[in-house]
Amino acid sequence: MTAVMEKADAQPKTGEIPSFDVTIKVRRFNPEGDAAGESYWDEFHITAYGTDRVLDALHKIKWEHDGSLTFRRSCAHGVCGSDAMRINGRNRLACKTLLKDVNPGKPILVEPIKGLPVVKDLVVDMEPFFASYREIMPFLITTGNEPTKERIQSAEQRERFDDTTKCILCAACTSSCPVFWTDGQYFGPAAIVNAHRFIFDSRDEGAQQRLEILNDKEGVWRCRTTFNCTEACPRGIEVTKAIQEVKRAMITRAF
Amino acid sequence: MTSATHGTPAVAEQVGTLDAPRSPYMRKKTTRGNYELYSWVFMRASGVVLVVLVFGHLFVNLMVGEGVKAIDFAFVGGKWSSPFWQIWDLLMLWLAMIHGTNGLRTIINDYAERDVTRGVLKGLLYLAFTIVVVLGTLVIFTFEPCPVGADPELLASFCTA
Ligand code: HEM
Ligand code: FES
Repeated sequence: MTAVMEKADAQPKTGEIPSFDVTIKVRRFNPEGDAAGESYWDEFHITAYGTDRVLDALHKIKWEHDGSLTFRRSCAHGVCGSDAMRINGRNRLACKTLLKDVNPGKPILVEPIKGLPVVKDLVVDMEPFFASYREIMPFLITTGNEPTKERIQSAEQRERFDDTTKCILCAACTSSCPVFWTDGQYFGPAAIVNAHRFIFDSRDEGAQQRLEILNDKEGVWRCRTTFNCTEACPRGIEVTKAIQEVKRAMITRAF
Repeated sequence: MTSATHGTPAVAEQVGTLDAPRSPYMRKKTTRGNYELYSWVFMRASGVVLVVLVFGHLFVNLMVGEGVKAIDFAFVGGKWSSPFWQIWDLLMLWLAMIHGTNGLRTIINDYAERDVTRGVLKGLLYLAFTIVVVLGTLVIFTFEPCPVGADPELLASFCTA
């Protein structure tokens, strides 16, 4: 652990929980007011505990220091995907990142995710991201009569796309992709992951349509295999691998 | 305003009445087709062939016999009088140029943010491609290994024979 913590650990009073001081630097942006349209770094000093996450630090800032700090969160437990942000230059969920794991000896940098328009402080406009998601038709497509019972699938068939079912649409992957940063035209890893989830589902019959949609100038072929998305995914999805599997399906379809 | 390209029609209409700050972020239009697929496959296929061509080229020019010291006008003249090396070098020229140009095209697409910048850079790229390929092809096929009146010392052995 950090030097700061060890000092605090040195002489703990009985029953006292060791704490440490940490500096949080937040990239802020306000569309209104005096500094409208200018983004700037804002610094906060808080006392934190070993179990505190970046989200707890942001809460502490908002509740005790500056109520105008704006960010999204809902579940606070890595399920809803609301609080993806750039922490020390890496896309993480603030609710799954412990302060002690991101080098609290130095100021911790917190920025909005890149490539999407900032609305205020850490809140970005997710609409372009969801637009791509909608385009790949993220729902079951079938033909013929609906069965009277459930659609049967073997354990192996389910396993085939298990990894990509885990996506929580937090946009950490898409907004970590340098190709997406440039002009936001690329479909992005998240859309491809969610297409993968249906393309490789034995019950789904829309694979050809989805492959057609992603066989676009802005589709899978823009992927440059940088692995930023895999590194960023808070659910541990092998995003880059999923993208390559979709590429392979397109190639076997074309030749 | 092209706001109707995303969202439900109702949302798109609402956005249309405002000057939507998000409009530059919308995908302009679908650009489906196999072009990028073939381009991706070509990069891999030409890469494999280039490994053979480029390393074969380096080995023959730099390592066989006297090695790098052997390279002079006569050496080049000698090689290009053989159809085998003409075809080898032609293939290497065309594949490397198409591969390299396509690679740079990708890089331009990745880095250029404005359509104008992108267009200008690609224009320059294709111009450079055309000049090098035309000139290179011309040289490979019209190279004169035994120019009249040159010092025989500098020419390939078959010129004087
Ligand atoms: C020696 C054998 C070669 C192999 C195996 C090879 C392989 C590849 C592959 C697979 C890519 C695609 C990378 C991607 O899609 O991310 C690529 C990209 C590229 N290649 Fe080659 N290549 C070779 C030689 C060359 C030569 C001779 C040139 C220059 C004339 C060249 C210039 C480029 C450029 C500019 C790119 C784009 C850079 C990038 O994609 O990051 N390559 N190469
Ligand atoms: S607040 Fe729900 S994922 Fe973090």
